[in-house]
Amino acid sequence: MTEILNMFKRNSLLIALVLVMIFFEVLIQSFDKGSLFSPQNFTNIIYQNSYVIILAVGMLFLIIGCGNIDLSVGSIVALIGAVAGVMMVNNEYNIYMSMAVCLLLGIVIGAWHGFWIAYIRIPSFIVTLAGMLLFRGLALIVLDGITINPFPSEYLKLFTSFIPASREDAASTTMMITLLLVAIYVAGVLYSRISKIKKGYEVEPLVAFLFQHVIVIAAIIGSSILLGNNKGIPVILVLIAVVVIVYAFIANKTVVGRRIYALGGNEKAAKLSGVNTNRLLFLSYVNMGLLSAVAALVCVARFNSASPMAGTGYELDAIGSCFIGGASAYGGVGTVGGAVIGAVFMGVLNNGMSILGVDANWQKAVKGMVLLFAVVIDVMSKKRVSN
Amino acid sequence: MKNITKRFGKVTALRDVNLEVKEGEVHALVGENGAGKSTLMNVLSGIYPYGSYEGDIIFDEEVCKFNKIHDSEDKGIVIIHQELALVPYLSIAENMFLGNERVSSFSNGIVDWPRTYQRAKELLDLVGLDEDPHTLIKDIGVGKQQLVEIAKAVSKNCRLLILDEPTASLNEDDSQKLLELIAKFRSEGMTSIIISHKLNEISYIANSITVVRDGSTIETLDNSNHNVSEDRIIAGMVGRALTDRFPKRSPEHKISDEVLLEVNNWTVHHPLNLKRKVNDNVSIKIHRGEVVGLAGLMGAGRTEFAKSLFGRSYGVNISGEVKMNGHPVEFKNVISAIKAGLAYVTEDRKGDGLVLENPIASNMTLANLEEVSKNLVLDKDLELVKAKELKQDLNVKCASVLQNVGNLSGGNQQKVLLAKWMLAHPEVLILDEPTRGIDVGAKYEIYCLINKLVESGKAVLMISSELPEVLGMSDRIYVMNEGKIVGEMPRSEATQESIMGAILRTSGKKHIVEQ
Repeated sequence: MTEILNMFKRNSLLIALVLVMIFFEVLIQSFDKGSLFSPQNFTNIIYQNSYVIILAVGMLFLIIGCGNIDLSVGSIVALIGAVAGVMMVNNEYNIYMSMAVCLLLGIVIGAWHGFWIAYIRIPSFIVTLAGMLLFRGLALIVLDGITINPFPSEYLKLFTSFIPASREDAASTTMMITLLLVAIYVAGVLYSRISKIKKGYEVEPLVAFLFQHVIVIAAIIGSSILLGNNKGIPVILVLIAVVVIVYAFIANKTVVGRRIYALGGNEKAAKLSGVNTNRLLFLSYVNMGLLSAVAALVCVARFNSASPMAGTGYELDAIGSCFIGGASAYGGVGTVGGAVIGAVFMGVLNNGMSILGVDANWQKAVKGMVLLFAVVIDVMSKKRVSN
Repeated sequence: MKNITKRFGKVTALRDVNLEVKEGEVHALVGENGAGKSTLMNVLSGIYPYGSYEGDIIFDEEVCKFNKIHDSEDKGIVIIHQELALVPYLSIAENMFLGNERVSSFSNGIVDWPRTYQRAKELLDLVGLDEDPHTLIKDIGVGKQQLVEIAKAVSKNCRLLILDEPTASLNEDDSQKLLELIAKFRSEGMTSIIISHKLNEISYIANSITVVRDGSTIETLDNSNHNVSEDRIIAGMVGRALTDRFPKRSPEHKISDEVLLEVNNWTVHHPLNLKRKVNDNVSIKIHRGEVVGLAGLMGAGRTEFAKSLFGRSYGVNISGEVKMNGHPVEFKNVISAIKAGLAYVTEDRKGDGLVLENPIASNMTLANLEEVSKNLVLDKDLELVKAKELKQDLNVKCASVLQNVGNLSGGNQQKVLLAKWMLAHPEVLILDEPTRGIDVGAKYEIYCLINKLVESGKAVLMISSELPEVLGMSDRIYVMNEGKIVGEMPRSEATQESIMGAILRTSGKKHIVEQ
């Protein structure tokens, strides 16, 4: 029992998310405005938050690695969206080539930031603030201040379609894919536990082990039922899952990930331990540029337009997600899972308030308060532990 | 202080402590790290308010109930913490009157600057510090900063001055000055309590010595004749007589003739002042199985030598030749130095050594992640196994290797730092002040570890400002002064006098050349 309690303590953020979901569900139901968990709305939440999650993952690595943030991601999203629009809509270039150019441009922009920050040691706040103005300006120039649309349907399909393509067998196919994934998940978890036992390593207690994974599996199956009752699995969800899994793996299981945590925790110590700190910082910004480009491609597909004002405020959503997700503003602390939960948290808040018909201005105010108190609670709970 | 008991949650930090300080004496408080000395002083100075502890504080035959630091300061009890509480970008005078500003007669909200600087100058004269009170704190050395703290204390009409390890970061010269100042204040009737690990200073300055161990006062020794020996104090601190502060190496151990590391004509320039040579033609040799001491005063260029050697982590325009195992090598960066078998254990474990927010295990593996990973993917289980082995080998006292290293005591942090470098499997270890700020017990364990390292065929270059330590541990000693090697002597010929002599004889020369 204590093991399960400990697990709850460690996952307090996740529990907060569940509580917020229940809170909105009760309110929405009592006002008779439908449900947060209707199949249609569930899919909506995924769509609305796809770009935040992608940006939050990139931002998290900056926050861990140097306790710093990139203020320019919203502008980068606009600029790359603009380039995508000009290439695909105005000039009708091949969409794959256009996408490759966009991703490359993201990398170049990231390298631009990274060069000044990591090698010339200009404070990142200043470099990215400059980038925020610079790239917003460039986006306006590229688009000549106007919004362009529509994007080729072939391109939209890449990001907005569902698996399976037809709606009739959505439920059954979705369930089949889900069960397959669950089977892979179970096999993976069991394999790692058994190999640990074989090598004589320590394993977590059986009760906690079972409890934890049963909850995960239940959540996966529950979501898949909701998705299946709508149109199936959105392609965008697959993209997000891939991004999250890859970056969570990098953070947790790789040498590079460990070094980024060390860099953020104590740069001098990392340097004297043989970590190439400048290069690591540079690469973190390059990665942020790449992920901004991915988010830009997702955004233009979702809105089916390239607008010079796209992406306004996205940087704040991404930063907020990381901090709600438990990342430390001083660097060295944070998890990919936390950032994702933070992003979903903000997303549920937005979505729930929209369904309830809360005034948009009030929505902003509420989000501000939630961001502050999420971090306050995090800081206070950590203090209590160390005492 | 009578029957003081202080608990933190379930942990009892102080148990029934009694401390009696007579007016006009210097009273030393000694004990291992974590024994409860600082906690006791925090109770006395009101940092832990009345009610959070049991027992009584009696000052001037009156029971005191301090609720905050200001209450104790009103009584004339002032504490100076080990980590100085000065603001680097404010001037000496501004720091001195911070929170206690000299205000103008018109309003309590307006600072009277002329009076502030006037009074600051008077106080600086009183503590014998010849500096302009307009100088920024960041521009004066640690020794002088310590004096500013004392001047600040005096400005509060101090009657009982508490100094928590005042000389920990001072060199011998500044330490001596500080002790003389304390003695001067004593002759003027001020009472002081001094916490220190430097036993020679304590037997020099203190009238009485109280030993604290495991949260209790063990004994109070009368040192009015300065006849209490260091060994007597140590015996009280550790609860047993340490027959030898420096463990002997096994009798079979022989230093091989093989030169493991050789550095010739190493010259390093200061990164900001390109004309200044921080190291000038330094040449040293270290044999397999040998502990070589590098003695010198603070600022002699020893750390700079080690850092510049270790993958050019310090300085510019570095020239010179390095050989390992007789082959010329070049350490272009830290990684190549580690690969070649060099390790540098920093003097500043919190600043340069450990990632305090990270677990013990990941700190231990940071310098050699290759060993616990395959194709750049970490094997966390293997990491855990390695970390546990090291924890066992080095006797790190912790609940789990997944605990954050920042929660450990200084001695245990130092062991984690050493563990990190042992996992990198170096041939030569440069240990920079390996026992700074750690207690006698942990020091002894670190000495044993150094012996184990050389017995297994490694070589150690030990930089230390504590001469007894250099003399007790080294097989051979180099003396560095003003960036140059000014003496080399085998253990048998080295004494504190001969080392200090080598330093003093060469100190003047540079000035003559420059003029």
